[in-house]
Amino acid sequence: MARITASVYTSHVPAIGAALDLGKTGEPYWQKVFAGYEFSRQWLKDNTPDVIFLVYNDHANAFSLELIPTFAIGCAAEFAIADEGWGPRPVPVVKGHPELAAHIAQSVIQDDFDLTIVNHIPVDHGLTVPLSLMCGQPAAWPCPVIPFAVNVVQYPVPSGRRCYNLGRAIRKAVASYDQPLKVQIWGTGGMSHQLQGPRAGLINREWDNAFLDQLIADPATLAQKPHIDYVREAGSEGIELVMWLIARGAMSEEFEKRAPRVAHRFYHVPASNTAVGHLILENT
Amino acid sequence: MALDKPYQDVPGTTIFDAEQSRLGYHLNQFCMSLMKAENRARFKADERAYLDEWPMTEVQKQAVLARDLNWCIRLGGNIYFLAKIGATDGKSFQQMAGSMTGMTEEEYRDMMVSGGRSIEGNRHIGEDGNAQAHHQPQGKAGRKEAH
Repeated sequence: MARITASVYTSHVPAIGAALDLGKTGEPYWQKVFAGYEFSRQWLKDNTPDVIFLVYNDHANAFSLELIPTFAIGCAAEFAIADEGWGPRPVPVVKGHPELAAHIAQSVIQDDFDLTIVNHIPVDHGLTVPLSLMCGQPAAWPCPVIPFAVNVVQYPVPSGRRCYNLGRAIRKAVASYDQPLKVQIWGTGGMSHQLQGPRAGLINREWDNAFLDQLIADPATLAQKPHIDYVREAGSEGIELVMWLIARGAMSEEFEKRAPRVAHRFYHVPASNTAVGHLILENT
Repeated sequence: MALDKPYQDVPGTTIFDAEQSRLGYHLNQFCMSLMKAENRARFKADERAYLDEWPMTEVQKQAVLARDLNWCIRLGGNIYFLAKIGATDGKSFQQMAGSMTGMTEEEYRDMMVSGGRSIEGNRHIGEDGNAQAHHQPQGKAGRKEAH
């Protein structure tokens, strides 16, 4: 049987990808960001899964306004790197896991979550920046990745509660897969940031850290938080944090009411316009 | 019964909801077209002619030509789409975000390095934070342009 071994959470700021790709990681500004991931890169080497289920959002790259799926699961064998207007990031192509992806789709849809099945989708910085942060600059990513895209661009985005419950359905789906795979689930985006209007540049350190505390120890209560709290307190783009609840919901049932082991926690302001948050929670 | 939109009382913020998306459909789709190198080249060669190929309103075209991102957003633009114009112009996300505050690039970067914009006074319209309407523009760039 497959099982979820850990969940990883991280911001996916595009400028972090640019800093890596342009060789700026040694600059003091970026050193402070990358230092928070040194532990994580070693941890991933020591705990390489068979598959990563990566929850992220597309930023008007694969999906224009022609089609806006709330939840989309990538079932292809391979995913190209999107050209977001600056040229594709020079990172390895992403290999999928079509069998597990199809299994999860079948299970989760029958659990009343209406996923959109995607067999062709280029993946943008929302997916590749977390991989870069956790893996550095390898010639190939360490394992297959199932991209899971959530609409957080056009309001209303799915509620925290729905995301959390979807995570629980994903846990159940993985547990019923008939191969002994170790699966990690990653939730990405956030933390507080706003990229638009006169309130651009908003950061809310206190709110972010309370979010991290509650995500670790009491996710069911955190899942009740309404959209407006994210928008008002963490900025219009801070709403991406609902995606972290999908990953948290996929942790074992015993950790719904208490904290799992926190292998790593990191918080830093700023990376470009954004507060960077990062957690590794182990499911043991 | 009208839909509840509690996010309308957040200062300096436009939420890209179904209504804004409908308003900005062609504006945002024009932006998407700039993901192709040949379209970027054609746009740069003659911006007006390229915009005229799209069923956008005249005001939307003016807002794009002026590179006024706040104006574009009022007309239904979304920042992730508008970022394609920035990419075409060689601008970073930070430069684009900063341009909406009236700060110079340096002022905005300094604000971020010092911990970002404070939430205090910026939760509800009518408070006294720096994102409130009566404190615009916030920096030297905006004051230079104000007439």
